[in-house]
Amino acid sequence: MQIVVNGETHEVSVDPAMPLLWVLRDELGITGTKFGCGIAMCGACTVHIDGRPMRSCSLPVGAVTGEVTTIEGLGTSEAMHAVQEAWVENQVAQCGYCQSGQIMSAASLLSRNPEPTDDDIDIAMSGNVCRCGTYPRIRAAIHSAATKLREGSG
Amino acid sequence: MGRLRTITRRTLLIGSAAIVGGVAIGYWRYKTPYKNPLLEDLDDGEAALTPYVRIDADGITVIAPRAEMGQGVSTTLAALVAEELDVALEDINVEHGPASKAYFNGVVLEEGLPGIATTNEEWLARNLRSFTHVPAKFLGLQITGGSSSIPDGYVKMRTAGAAARHALVAAAAERLGVDRDSLRTENGYVIAGDGTSLAYTELAEAAAEVDLPSEPELKDPSEWKLLGRSQQRVDVVGKSTGTAEFGVDVRLPNMLYATVRMNPRLGGAMNGHDASRAESMTGVERIIPFDDGIAVVATNTWYALQAAQAVECDWGDAPYPATSDEMLESVRNSFDREFEDSRFRDDGDVETALIEADIVEAEYSVPFLAHATMEPMNAVAWYRDGKLDVWAGSQLPTQVYTLADEILGLDEEDVEVHVPYMGGGFGRRAEFDFIAQAIRIAEVMEGTPVKLTWSREEDMTHDFYRPAAMARFRGAVADGVPVACDLELATLSVLESQMGRIGIPMMGPDVSIVQAAWDQPYTIENYRVTGYRTPAMLPVSSWRAVGASQNGFFHECMLDELAHAAGADPVEMRVQMMNHEPSREVLMAVAEMADWGAPLPEGHGRGVAFVMSFGVPTAEIVEVADTGNGLKIVKVWAAVDVGVALDRRNLEAQVQSGVNFGLAAAMMSEVTVREGVVEQTNFHNYNSIRINQAPPIEVRVLENGSRIRGIGEPGLPPAAPALVNAIFAATGERIRELPLSKHVRFA
Repeated sequence: MQIVVNGETHEVSVDPAMPLLWVLRDELGITGTKFGCGIAMCGACTVHIDGRPMRSCSLPVGAVTGEVTTIEGLGTSEAMHAVQEAWVENQVAQCGYCQSGQIMSAASLLSRNPEPTDDDIDIAMSGNVCRCGTYPRIRAAIHSAATKLREGSG
Repeated sequence: MGRLRTITRRTLLIGSAAIVGGVAIGYWRYKTPYKNPLLEDLDDGEAALTPYVRIDADGITVIAPRAEMGQGVSTTLAALVAEELDVALEDINVEHGPASKAYFNGVVLEEGLPGIATTNEEWLARNLRSFTHVPAKFLGLQITGGSSSIPDGYVKMRTAGAAARHALVAAAAERLGVDRDSLRTENGYVIAGDGTSLAYTELAEAAAEVDLPSEPELKDPSEWKLLGRSQQRVDVVGKSTGTAEFGVDVRLPNMLYATVRMNPRLGGAMNGHDASRAESMTGVERIIPFDDGIAVVATNTWYALQAAQAVECDWGDAPYPATSDEMLESVRNSFDREFEDSRFRDDGDVETALIEADIVEAEYSVPFLAHATMEPMNAVAWYRDGKLDVWAGSQLPTQVYTLADEILGLDEEDVEVHVPYMGGGFGRRAEFDFIAQAIRIAEVMEGTPVKLTWSREEDMTHDFYRPAAMARFRGAVADGVPVACDLELATLSVLESQMGRIGIPMMGPDVSIVQAAWDQPYTIENYRVTGYRTPAMLPVSSWRAVGASQNGFFHECMLDELAHAAGADPVEMRVQMMNHEPSREVLMAVAEMADWGAPLPEGHGRGVAFVMSFGVPTAEIVEVADTGNGLKIVKVWAAVDVGVALDRRNLEAQVQSGVNFGLAAAMMSEVTVREGVVEQTNFHNYNSIRINQAPPIEVRVLENGSRIRGIGEPGLPPAAPALVNAIFAATGERIRELPLSKHVRFA
């Protein structure tokens, strides 16, 4: 079967029940998307499918019909997405393991809602666990990314 | 070699006994440096001026040899070297480097001395602390823990930078034929009086021939350009773009993927298994039986995870009671002379003082807890041609050499240890079970690299847990302060459990049983703290802040109860009782930050707690609101004193992290056992604090302390008691058992 990841088409021959996460990580070597729980409870594996946030650990690859975007496709260290820039400027990451998923959830929130309130952030981001407790900076970074995006500087 | 290592390990764990071991080996060896491990792997044109600085034509690499598990240690350690070397952080590479005794942690044993409080600056205490540097050096423990990386690296890393700079300047002086005093350094260049500048990269080979001074002159702090200023973390771009490599991300040519399924009755054997169905499943390459479980090797981690569930296993019994209720009963039963472990504080005459008084008394308890790092346990091992490579997130990477010796009989020079970023550690990655499994798999799969990844379920149910613990206190108050206080603490011994795993009997008391309870900077006329050691049950280990994680809760709720009984303000009462000025300052600072005493809205309440742990006085105030739809944590204020603040932005992050870790555990975390099996399996039944419940946390960092301190753990212990005391203030309900979710609902 074929899947499109970050604009590139890949041919994969695996059990269609295999979750997208393990296709990305072990078959395609795209490792920015992390394995945290395997049951869509922690958000570490969040990717976008046609722009919508999805937990790739619980999504059979055979059921993927849209285009997949991972953290690597959102932006690169040379050309970061506004959310990634805000993450760097606010120095959000500690261990950093959950942050790919946090950033993908945040980018999706801001694409739908350019000026989220704290309540909007709570609703959109409460599926993403951070054991380091970086939440105060996640919140600050989302607000600053929103400003960047509205002002077109991102 | 095996025996020497055994002595080594034992000596580490005994704490005070380690001093004896170290001195017996001979002080002369303490003065002999370890050989520089970087020298073994140098390519042409590369120079390793010290174990911490490697320079080649392409650039400068600084070795920051501690586990980077979120605490920002690689950035601050690199900044210490870069400051003296006169290079910018953005111009250098920062690596963990090889596992080596040369990277021993010299101060990690300091805080574990029985009966020597961290605030004790007397001659004997200072000398005993410095004696622990000898065995620490001899043991060569490259360990990350005890919030000790910065205290250990503060002088050592700056000295490494200054020594390397000295060599580079000497090489430049020789090349230019000028006096070295006419040269200065800036941003990676040696600059002569006439403006000639030579890059460090072109001087490195010549500099490698220069004899290094052992005590080069260090900059005065007033000259610092990097230290004392917040730096961009060296890992922050990688961790914001998905490019930082964690252990679970390591990829090698022709690598296979594995998982394990071990007996969920921890320590029990596997009596038998049937892998016939699993063997025929898609992608399965090999099923490997161990004494206590199985490993499945496959072409994809998911195939391995599926097949592992399809193996039928006959599990042996657990060597502990069947339920956590029975275990807690065993903790309760250990409040008995027979189980007494320590009594490091016994001031005045508690028994007499309590005879005539109105006694306030209560019993407290906390459950077992899991570490639940975001990155499940994993390791990659590749055994070929008599050599072993291991990639593993480890807080004690030199231990991999011991495992390779035990499992494969390999010498240290045939083993290479690679330490990537860790998706959380919190003490879990100081254990070695997963690394040993990866090596055993590599042995069977000789020639092929194999990545072992645990499922979250395996991780949650095969942890080495924070022990369940109980406290009992009796106290009396007069004139607004406690006048008598008898605190008894009972829990399983983390040290005993750790040593049991390597087959060594426990000697001496376990300081962690009474940590952050016996040694607090309070004066109470009659004040006694007794530790009781509950016999081993569930395996337990270091969990962020270790004994302080429960004892801070016990001690500070006790003081809140006594303040209430005395009709005293809980901040003022503590200020009055304090005998350590920096501690008093943090308490007054946090009260000022929160405007303690100001009127609060209806339904709001505030609680305060102060805990000194790992040498850091830490005071926190929590405000909660009864929303009618559950309790909400409105805000947290925290003040800490680290002696010298090298990077305030990172210190703030670590305090916020500790607070959230402590709040999460207090609010909702509990590990229970039924039929010998841990019942919590994943984040749906072992939840964590999430953004919708996480409060704003305001942090102030003070510098009144006498020594520099680390901050990975101290923010945690006051969070639970400050929250519980706030709930009492808001609702009148005194909760004495964690998690709080058993008693209240959070919005």
